[in-house]
Amino acid sequence: MKKSRSVRLIAALGALALVIAACGDGGGEFEAGELGAVEVGADEAIQIRSLNAITGEVAFLGIPNENAIRMAVDDYGQIAGRDVNVGTGLDDLCSADGGQSAAQTIVADSAVVGVIGTSCSGAAAAASPLLSDAGLSMISASNTSPSLTSDLEGTAGENYYAGYYRTAHNDLFQGQAAANFVFENLDLTKVALIHDGDPYTNGLTTAFENAFTELGGEIVVHTAVSVGQTDMVPVLTEVAAGEPELIFFPIFPAEGTAIAQQVSGVAGLEDVVLMAADGLSVTNFLDLPESENMYFSGPDTRFDENTNEATDLNGEQFLADYESEFGEAPSADFWGHAYDATTMLLTAIEAVAVEDGDSLWIDRQALRDELNSISGFDGLIGSITCDEYGDCGANVISIFQHNNLDDHQASKANILYTYSG
Amino acid sequence: MIDLKRVRTFGLIAGGTLSFVAAIGMVESFNERTLINPGITMGLLLILGIAAVFGYIVAAGKPNPLVETARDSRSGGIAGGLTGAIAGVVTSLFVLFVDTFDVSEFFPNMREPLVEAMTFELGVPVGLLVLTAVVTATAAAGGAFHGMSDSFRAGMSRALGWVVAFALFELVVSEILDFADPLVDLIYAPRGGLQPWAAVIIGALAWWLSTRYKGRGEAFTERVKDSEAGSRLRRSVILFGVAAVIILPMIVGGVVNELLITSGLFILMGLGLNIVVGLAGLLDLGYVAFFAVGAYGTAILTSPSSPAFAPGLSWWIALPIVMVLAAIAGLFVGTPVIRMRGDYLAIVTLGFGEIVRILLLSDWLTPIFGGAQGITRIPGIPVPGAGTISGTDPQLFIYFTFMFVLLAAYISYRAQNSRIGRSWAAMREDEDVAEAIGISTVQAKLLAFVTGAVIASFAGALFSAKVGTVFTNSFDVLVSIIILVVVIVGGMGSIRGVVVGALVLIGILGGPKSPGLLAEFSEFKLLIYGALLVYMMLKRPEGLLPSVRRSRELHGEDLTQDAWLDKGGDFTGDSAEEEATT
Amino acid sequence: MTTTTSPSKTSRRFRFNWVDSFLWFIRVSALIAIVIGIVGSVQLFLEGEGPTAEQWRDLVISGLSTGFMYGLIALGYSMVYGVLGFINFAHGEVFMSGLMVSLIAATLMFENGFWDANPTLALLIVLSISMLVSTLVAVLAERIAYRPLRGAPRLIPLITSIGVSFFLQYAFAGIFGVATRSYPPAPGNLGNDVEFLGIAIEGTKLLVVGVALISMVGLWWFVAKTKTGRAMRAVAEDKEIAGLMGINVDRTIVTTFAVGGAMAGVAGLLWALLFRAVDFLTGFLPGIKAFTAAVLGGIGNLPGAMLGGVLLGLFENVGPLLVLNGLGIPAVSQLKDAVAFAALVLVLVFRPTGLLGERLGSEDRA
Repeated sequence: MKKSRSVRLIAALGALALVIAACGDGGGEFEAGELGAVEVGADEAIQIRSLNAITGEVAFLGIPNENAIRMAVDDYGQIAGRDVNVGTGLDDLCSADGGQSAAQTIVADSAVVGVIGTSCSGAAAAASPLLSDAGLSMISASNTSPSLTSDLEGTAGENYYAGYYRTAHNDLFQGQAAANFVFENLDLTKVALIHDGDPYTNGLTTAFENAFTELGGEIVVHTAVSVGQTDMVPVLTEVAAGEPELIFFPIFPAEGTAIAQQVSGVAGLEDVVLMAADGLSVTNFLDLPESENMYFSGPDTRFDENTNEATDLNGEQFLADYESEFGEAPSADFWGHAYDATTMLLTAIEAVAVEDGDSLWIDRQALRDELNSISGFDGLIGSITCDEYGDCGANVISIFQHNNLDDHQASKANILYTYSG
Repeated sequence: MIDLKRVRTFGLIAGGTLSFVAAIGMVESFNERTLINPGITMGLLLILGIAAVFGYIVAAGKPNPLVETARDSRSGGIAGGLTGAIAGVVTSLFVLFVDTFDVSEFFPNMREPLVEAMTFELGVPVGLLVLTAVVTATAAAGGAFHGMSDSFRAGMSRALGWVVAFALFELVVSEILDFADPLVDLIYAPRGGLQPWAAVIIGALAWWLSTRYKGRGEAFTERVKDSEAGSRLRRSVILFGVAAVIILPMIVGGVVNELLITSGLFILMGLGLNIVVGLAGLLDLGYVAFFAVGAYGTAILTSPSSPAFAPGLSWWIALPIVMVLAAIAGLFVGTPVIRMRGDYLAIVTLGFGEIVRILLLSDWLTPIFGGAQGITRIPGIPVPGAGTISGTDPQLFIYFTFMFVLLAAYISYRAQNSRIGRSWAAMREDEDVAEAIGISTVQAKLLAFVTGAVIASFAGALFSAKVGTVFTNSFDVLVSIIILVVVIVGGMGSIRGVVVGALVLIGILGGPKSPGLLAEFSEFKLLIYGALLVYMMLKRPEGLLPSVRRSRELHGEDLTQDAWLDKGGDFTGDSAEEEATT
Repeated sequence: MTTTTSPSKTSRRFRFNWVDSFLWFIRVSALIAIVIGIVGSVQLFLEGEGPTAEQWRDLVISGLSTGFMYGLIALGYSMVYGVLGFINFAHGEVFMSGLMVSLIAATLMFENGFWDANPTLALLIVLSISMLVSTLVAVLAERIAYRPLRGAPRLIPLITSIGVSFFLQYAFAGIFGVATRSYPPAPGNLGNDVEFLGIAIEGTKLLVVGVALISMVGLWWFVAKTKTGRAMRAVAEDKEIAGLMGINVDRTIVTTFAVGGAMAGVAGLLWALLFRAVDFLTGFLPGIKAFTAAVLGGIGNLPGAMLGGVLLGLFENVGPLLVLNGLGIPAVSQLKDAVAFAALVLVLVFRPTGLLGERLGSEDRA
């Protein structure tokens, strides 16, 4: 993406203004890099923003992220004697237009240094060019689309923009992990795939298909449902016609519930094995009797023993704190990613912040360089290392079998397979 | 004389309304926004506003054209206060219920945060008394207000209006006053909310201005209206308007421009739908399909990563192609539905809209439209000497939006006042008569569909260039409905109405996939849109800014759409409000 | 304007014959596509590919039971349309509201064991709550939003009902939350297969068809044999004359809405048994499909609504696999809703008055 002239002009003017302002303050020592720098006055707060799907049907994914970000900021405490402010949580509405307008709000405030978000990959594709142009750094906790970073073999994705990072895993990992598990551990070779037209679920089924056929398995049906559909008998009949041994449907609760409940009524699918992904390993779905004994792939959430090096909090303490603060367990699996993303950003800010007189200066390019150089950062999700395209995930995918309807955390600990890049 | 039955009814309705806004979590989320620092939040304003409005309505009494309603601030105040007391008790009982029983398994908002918000964090017994007292007092004030002198009412409402506007639109005000940074810092607290003394000054100033220049504004509007076209006064007003439109985007920042662009896209679609619904009288609930044709057409023709066919054309070359495609789509949808009854047409077009969305998303057509992965990397609009302009430069992109809005407004205006416009008017009055006097209704209907489709494709082309990616979730049935709400609220058949409707609804409350200026509303905007649609149809079917032509048209005895709109929907003689009280 | 393609008019206005040509083009190409699709599927079947005979049978049974449920909702549309001449767009939400509220009772009964201990009583409780709430919502909507608009041009109440529909959806979203909730599994041994006419059918599906048929017969008796039913037919024919004949028009219209709401409430129970999952948008698609069903059967025509529902249920369940799969289209289930909407368009293109013909009051035929 070419940066337009006007933006460059504005950025240049902005940098100039900052330099002039800095000179006016009498300091004048600090020299901003090419992306400019943010000045934080003596009694001002450092501004970062959160951008998640906090309303609508995908709120179950965005709200734990939002909550974890706030907890991380509280736990981290001050940077160079200054508070960190997250502002009002912004909503990406899980859509491209929503992501872009929220990003517009963020870049309008020149004091903002970094962003934790978005929740949905579709929103990130529209938000990251804007944030990247404005010199910000964004770290997503739950975007998994390969197009946002790279294909893991050194080719940048179509929608990669400098300044984009994520702690979530790349779909390609999860597709590979799930395919390996089905082919090697379960020893099944005929699989049906169902997605729901969402970029995430479609990306994952595609990654699975590629990995599974590579291993020598056969995808007998690759089909889709549409969001809002409740009568799953037709789709399940279509699936049954291919006589699969396993159905992998990494979709979301509304349609996933209907599939799980109706699958036993379709002739030919009485003994089929069901497998889903993190979109369904949420409280509502795991409560269903039908979800018992299903397999779920997703980020490894055995975070109990892992300790975040910035705040000295481990996963077990996090969950306890979360429950006491919000009255429920997190409704999706990316809370640890959000917490680590936030502490990573804050650690990096602390590392590059320069005190100059009364002011604290945060150079935008230096911040990106710092994030790119993160290696072996101990987070809740494990050891985090960023690659040059912003993939910072611990990249550990685990597959559990849901064997305890009453205690979901116990189920999630029943891990049968772990895959790390 | 206090109508106790009315007090009881409205007290219960007000209590129900307050409990309802609490139950859906509106008070809690509005509380996160401080209006006047410290303490006066948007949630409080919501509670007070509901109480005051119901107090006022009760004091105003039943509208009776035969008897001049007595205006007496004391009895009004008492009536309002009684209403408020009932409302306060009802609401308190609701809050008490939530506090006592744990029903959060079924009603996720009915938990402690709700109790805390409704009792002003004072806990149950004390807070509930405070709540009842506050609601009673506000409703009493609202009731008393009805009996005050006209000058007091004018001054008070201006003062309150301006203070609330300054508090709510903090973002716009501070962007406009950006050059005077110290002033902004004086008026507003560091992270949100008016300073109390600033609120007092703004209120006082507004009051003073309203008494000092009483009636001047109206007089000026009248003078402009009466002046001849092309007179100096007219020309200077138009010049001022044009200058404002050109300069405004430069003054305000990225956020307001972004909102203006989004509103602009809805103005475009509203103008297009206005031709179909407002002028030709055809209810199209699948209008979003043409928006999708415009957006996907542009995406395929300009994006280098379009899956099947990527000519990588310039936006300017893609635009006419997309317009032709939209026109064809208009004919394709229009022809089969042309002979259908009005209400069948609504459902069939809704079906068409969904079919288009489902096909764009389907795995079957993924090789062409990208399916779930959409089409990304759509370049912006190339401008010689300024690179490509896309949504990342809202301050420049807005001018393209303006341009197309002007174009669409011009097309609507010309169409409305031409032969075809008169055919549409005749057709929506009575098709058989129109046919009998020699109007080809088939041609007129198809032309309406095609014109509407082409205007929607402008919006689609702009949308693609702005956002840079297209996914099908930007084109669901909700969009069609919201465009309809914009047209209805603004005023069917009225160009000004559509512009104002889109600015108010999309710009302030938010569009289907974008928050508005008041992001607090985003969770509730669809609820509000639904209520607004019902309210407008019952109380003001002609819209906020009714079309001039319509109000000039004769009032016929026939129950035609136009006659209904002109009469303000009051066919049965008794108003809806009365219905609700009995 | 007549709804049919009147031949006299087209011959008179020769120059617009291309509209008819286009309609014929649609008719012919739809037929060809359907035939090719079916032939393709039959071929697949003979080759041993695609669903087995048993699976086809299940698909038909499932389509029938869904269809009966659509039919019940469609009755409400059809009655209101017959009497008032407008589409109550919010009828899907009337259905959803009963379903959503009775979920509370069902969950509570399930939690304390009553659900499985007394299946019949539990289902009756759910049924009565669902009917009560749906009826109440339908009557309230009529009272507040539609009655003041009586006599308004027909687009006005339609737009109002769109507003009511949205308001109800998001009011329920606000109060009940946006998460999908689930009814407990069918109580007792209802979920087991039952031998019926020699084939094993899931008990719930049989119950669904049974309840729908009983409701249908009850409704027919109500409209045809009772005094209120006669009043309804009179009001449908001509409101003014009915009023002059001493019929309380307002009360009759309220009754119409109430009965339509009650049928939607029954449909709520059937949904709870068939699909179980509920959220605030649950009413939207079934609502539109039920309207399609009403049009399919001939609006205003009660047996037509039932027939339309059953056919639509079959179309959308069997259609994608039978027609689209045969055409070689991948992921056909995704296009299920598109098939339902296409069916609506095709019905109106082929036979605008529906299969059994419209029954409308004189004033609505215009």
